[in-house]
Amino acid sequence: MTSPHLLWLLAGVGTILVLASVFGEILRARLSPAGQNPVIENLNARISAWWVMVICLALAFIAGKPGVVLLFALCSFAALREFLTLTTHNRADHWSLVACFFLILPLQYAFLASDWYGMYSIFIPVYAFLLLPVVSSLRGSTKDFLIRVSETQWALMICVYCASHVPALLYLQIPGFEGRNVILIAYLIFVVQLSDVMQYVWGKLIGRTKVAPSLSPSKTWEGLVGGTLTATAVGTALYWMTPFSPLEAAGMCLLITLMGFFGGLVMSAIKRDRGIKDWGHLIAGHGGFLDRLDSVIFAAPIFFHVTRWVWSTT
Amino acid sequence: MTAPRAIWQGIEPVPHQRVYFANHSSNGDFVLLWTALPSPLRRQTRPVAALDYWLTSPLRAFIGREVFNAVLIDRRPDARTQDPVAQMVAALDQGSSLILFPEGQRNSSDAPLLPFKSGLYHLAKARAGVDLVPVWIANLNRVMPKGEVIPVPLICTLTFGSPLHVEPGETKDAFLARATQALLALRAPA
Repeated sequence: MTSPHLLWLLAGVGTILVLASVFGEILRARLSPAGQNPVIENLNARISAWWVMVICLALAFIAGKPGVVLLFALCSFAALREFLTLTTHNRADHWSLVACFFLILPLQYAFLASDWYGMYSIFIPVYAFLLLPVVSSLRGSTKDFLIRVSETQWALMICVYCASHVPALLYLQIPGFEGRNVILIAYLIFVVQLSDVMQYVWGKLIGRTKVAPSLSPSKTWEGLVGGTLTATAVGTALYWMTPFSPLEAAGMCLLITLMGFFGGLVMSAIKRDRGIKDWGHLIAGHGGFLDRLDSVIFAAPIFFHVTRWVWSTT
Repeated sequence: MTAPRAIWQGIEPVPHQRVYFANHSSNGDFVLLWTALPSPLRRQTRPVAALDYWLTSPLRAFIGREVFNAVLIDRRPDARTQDPVAQMVAALDQGSSLILFPEGQRNSSDAPLLPFKSGLYHLAKARAGVDLVPVWIANLNRVMPKGEVIPVPLICTLTFGSPLHVEPGETKDAFLARATQALLALRAPA
């Protein structure tokens, strides 16, 4: 499963994190020795959380397919928990919620692990979509029925279905790229998250014009352009570890960074509607799992299907 | 599994003697409140629970008495042999803090709170120096609704408010109304 390219990528990320940690400590020593500057404290909390996330991901990569599938199943579980905490449901939905966590989520990842594309690509949009409202309706409560079932379905689509397309990349069969699929995951996550980080950095440095002031105060045009272009440039420079040509890599990077940005925007709209700032509190400095995964969740299915369409034989 | 999150909004988790009073929506909520306390506080905190529920089977009796060291009071005025307020005061005098659900039963109605029972007031009068801390428990009724067996893992939050005391000359109704308001005020997310 491990390939020299993956090690290179991990070493690169490790170097970035070492530099970021040193930089963060210097900033803290200069500007916030007693922890009084919240921006710097948050920055350092984010960097430490990145270490944990990168180490978890690296361990999963080393463990191979089962490790990656398990890691994303756990991420889905945490994300679903954050999402369903905020959705509308009442006592009549109890069994459909139980089914979301303990039946649909494990089944989706089990279908994935058994490489049953025909099933995992339609299981939630077809079977869960049709059967969950039945479970809710059998309990007889009609109040807010459509809102309840659609929000539950949305939660499943985002947190389980879309998220499961990250490990699904392992099951593509790309001629000449056998045994290296894990690179696709590392590449997707690296480019999208780099774009997020660079949007944050560019936005903090030169951000003036807000993209959607009513949705998110921190998303600026300067950050968006700077972040996506930086991530696309870095991603294109890494084309040699992917099945893509330089031009194709640039197109893919642009596609997934934009999808990532839109993901952040849509998820911000939901958070804003529910009156919260973060989805959760489990990842220090970042908020919840969904705050960190929103961009990857939106980019993953598109990245998966485009790659499958153009390059994969399955 | 529900990743409970404690928000100490009006008070710090320090080892003062306290009566935590909370909304009661599920059988799991005193366990949740208990686990949200730092462990030194947890050891000296006893839940107040209904004898007529917890002594109905040997397993419940074991869990209630031995595991959680509950102060078991009888909710049935005609059947009880001990005065619930006297039992709670005795537990306070032994140095324990208490967890109390002044609604007296699980709330599965649409109202946010059921009317408080008077025990909270009598307890506050009897031991005026003890802090009465309101704790709003959010979401647990959705994790485990009354009568369900399998919990749904949603995120619960516990918001701890500022402590209350009975004012000199305050009537029972006025105090209970004030305590109810203090608890309801914690509902908004911090």
